[in-house]
Amino acid sequence: MFSYCADPDTLGTFRWFSCYLTNGVHLSFYMSFIKVLLLLFITAPVALAVGFGGAMATRAHLAPVRWLGEGYIAIMRGVPDIAFFLFFVIALDQAFEWTRHQVLCPEWTDPIRQGNDFLVCPAAKLPLGTAPEWVHQSYSFFLAVITFAIVFGAFAANVLRGGMRAVPHAQLETAAAYGMSRRQTFWRILVPQMWIYALPGLSNLWLILIKATPLLFLLGIEDIVYWAREIGGTKTSKFTSYPHDDWRMWYFLFLLVFYLSFTRISEILLEKLTVRLSHGQATTGGEALRKEAAA
Amino acid sequence: MKSCIDTIQDYGLRSIGIGERLLPKSDFTLCEQFTLIGSGMIWNIYFGLMALVTGYFLAVTLALGKSSSNRWARKPAEWFIFVFRGSPLFIQFFFAYFFFLSLKKSYPMFDMLTSAWAGALIVLFMNTAAYSAEIFYGALRTIPKGDVEAADAYGMSGWPRFRRIVWPTMMRLAWPAYTNEAIFLFHATTLVFFSAFPAWQQRGDALYYASYFADKTFNPFVPYPILAFYFILLTLTVVGVFGVINTRLNRHLPAERRAKMRFRLTLAR
Repeated sequence: MFSYCADPDTLGTFRWFSCYLTNGVHLSFYMSFIKVLLLLFITAPVALAVGFGGAMATRAHLAPVRWLGEGYIAIMRGVPDIAFFLFFVIALDQAFEWTRHQVLCPEWTDPIRQGNDFLVCPAAKLPLGTAPEWVHQSYSFFLAVITFAIVFGAFAANVLRGGMRAVPHAQLETAAAYGMSRRQTFWRILVPQMWIYALPGLSNLWLILIKATPLLFLLGIEDIVYWAREIGGTKTSKFTSYPHDDWRMWYFLFLLVFYLSFTRISEILLEKLTVRLSHGQATTGGEALRKEAAA
Repeated sequence: MKSCIDTIQDYGLRSIGIGERLLPKSDFTLCEQFTLIGSGMIWNIYFGLMALVTGYFLAVTLALGKSSSNRWARKPAEWFIFVFRGSPLFIQFFFAYFFFLSLKKSYPMFDMLTSAWAGALIVLFMNTAAYSAEIFYGALRTIPKGDVEAADAYGMSGWPRFRRIVWPTMMRLAWPAYTNEAIFLFHATTLVFFSAFPAWQQRGDALYYASYFADKTFNPFVPYPILAFYFILLTLTVVGVFGVINTRLNRHLPAERRAKMRFRLTLAR
């Protein structure tokens, strides 16, 4: 990075570290933080949308739809989320390939499951064998986003369902008295008011989501955990110009601090958001704000 | 063709090193998958139970510390809870493992800490203590004022007041949330062998064997549902046992004031 980095062996401690921390692998390490943030900012809205769908399903008139929604929420409770991560990554991949196989290669007669293999025709492979490296990477990232969205969608569905239930019933009755249809009541009365009730749960969910991001490592993505393990391990002078002992402990300490500050900052921001959303709401928080303004 | 009884004899206790040494390599039967994954559950139950029992005492101590008016008791407890609740358990496992590894290098007597049964247990112990402490702290703050005032009026203070008034009420108020914590602790035990802790001689937990089968057969649709089955069973057991204790904790109250077991889905690490 710097001009004096040509021969690290001769450098003093400070300069050595300034070179070491800006070499190629470290830049990949820093890039993987962006990957984590990207995952968070894509997954959060998607999971919220999935959760909204799930919560709507639990309020449906049609019984099978309701069972589907409740079953979706219930199964995520009983089983460790890590198991779902490991399951969906393979299952989704195979589901996509299987669908493409049915569409693209109808003339293919060999069975897809042969003993311990899962074989689809070359045209149905995802990503295609000829695809460049970045396609492979973004495909596995895409699978990770869907997996996260499914798992956290269930959590969000539970929270949103609670929020919908917490809206005072009189509000909905008033809407009905004004002649609003079910749909109008839902979108115009229920949805705008549910957020303040759902917010504590959603804040909690955001913190949980942050803390779940290291599980990307299990999905085979080169994330911060992967790089911390890679870079931190003992390096001899044979392979690198920056030999060092086993520093993985320090790298993980750094990740620990990173996550701690990230959750702390989120907590502070969410606290502010709660205050803002409480304005004009018929809750204790909203009442306190009103009194404060009046005084 | 081996019968299922033989398989159970060979692999039923495989996860703790009793029975057949080699794992099945190919042509997995449903029985083998059921037996091995079930055998792995021994580890999940071991970690969960031990961490829960030992963590309970630290949790009560931390909760009392956090609600103390003395700075020197409050600050350490607050920091402990913040560090363990604010960071991912996965990273805690990694950090602890590499920390124990370098400890072992300087002092060989810490050898056992790098194996999962001790090292991972310590992390789980501290983690669950932090989460439970927050629950107990919340319960301590919602103890009805009148209860404590009544104790004062009877001349109780210090240990007797804590032992006979504060502690039972705290337990009663915290119990539903604590049940939830216990469930998620059992779920969290599946992380152990996927963080740095090695599964020595392929003695792993249920998820370790489930992913072993999924990798070997490239078919996730059999081992993971088996794992889900075992965990739902475990969850139901936890709910049942904690429910009985909840009834006992609430036995002195009139029926309509008893704490209902509500389950919130808000704790994951």
